[in-house]
Amino acid sequence: MAKIIVVTSGKGGVGKTTTSAAFASALALKGHKTVVIDFDVGLRNLDLVMGCERRVVYDFVNLIQGESTLGQTLIKDKKLDNLYVLPASQTRDKDALSHEGVEKVLNELSESFDYIVCDSPAGIEHGAQMALYFAEEAIIVTNPEVSSVRDSDRIIGILQSKSRLAEQGKAVKEHLLLTRYNPERVERGEMLSVQDVEEILAIPLLGVIPESEAVLKASNQGVPVVHDSESDAGQAYDDAVSRYLGEDRPHRFLEKQKKSFLKRVFGG
Amino acid sequence: MSLMDIFRKEQKSSASVAKERLRVLVAHDRLRHNGPDYLPQLERDILEVIRKYVEIGEDDVSVQLDNQGQTSILELNVTLPDRKD
Repeated sequence: MAKIIVVTSGKGGVGKTTTSAAFASALALKGHKTVVIDFDVGLRNLDLVMGCERRVVYDFVNLIQGESTLGQTLIKDKKLDNLYVLPASQTRDKDALSHEGVEKVLNELSESFDYIVCDSPAGIEHGAQMALYFAEEAIIVTNPEVSSVRDSDRIIGILQSKSRLAEQGKAVKEHLLLTRYNPERVERGEMLSVQDVEEILAIPLLGVIPESEAVLKASNQGVPVVHDSESDAGQAYDDAVSRYLGEDRPHRFLEKQKKSFLKRVFGG
Repeated sequence: MSLMDIFRKEQKSSASVAKERLRVLVAHDRLRHNGPDYLPQLERDILEVIRKYVEIGEDDVSVQLDNQGQTSILELNVTLPDRKD
């Protein structure tokens, strides 16, 4: 039986797809057979971030409507043998995802995978609700910024009332992932701190991903940022996934980096 | 530290302003989305009743619902205008 995880946020542009790609890749790197599904029907992007856009033949909607099989639709990751991508449809509209259809696909995937990562579209409409409905765990991607925090709180409310587990009187396990964090600006009082966001949202912190040039570089190249193991963001995602899997890792990148003497002299 | 810095320190940092605004907003949002459906109407009705006697604005009434264990507490805050006597 696979564990179903939704990556969600309410607000757009906070790093859901980057996180889905990094999270799924890190799970696979750690030996877990993983599939990552793009729920953003009409605006698919996960394939780009995963670097498999030219290998998309069939999509999630084809699969739901019985126009293709799982074997024809899943795209094997170019780097990892135990990672697969299920792309969204670019042409259909969001209502093509039905409860029954999504459930059927998830049940089928559940038989052969350890983890199913659902990349939610922005907003709180049908597509986002479909992505979170079957989830057992949720990664709430939040930027330290007012509108993102507010929207995260809204999506947490929806997880607690409209998910399948909530309907059964149980709870979806929530994890806060704070992204685009800039410790220098927090120190200057220009940005909400980790503690501020934790206090307002009141859900457990899984990780903090620093604002990093490596993220744009990774999406430019179509290689999820965890493969860039030298980068701060890559390491922060690796920490977050290790923590998710039960390892005890201290939070890093929360403090301003002190520049070394050589860096101060030569720049960098 | 320059003289200007002393004046600047007087101002709240923008992050603490953000936090304060969010605290109020999130509590309000949660109430609206998770609270009983009758709350907004209740808030408007209370406003109307008070307005029969005193002139107050839309923002002068706040209704807060807190859950503590088995009981829910409805908290009503009305800011009355300054007395003119």
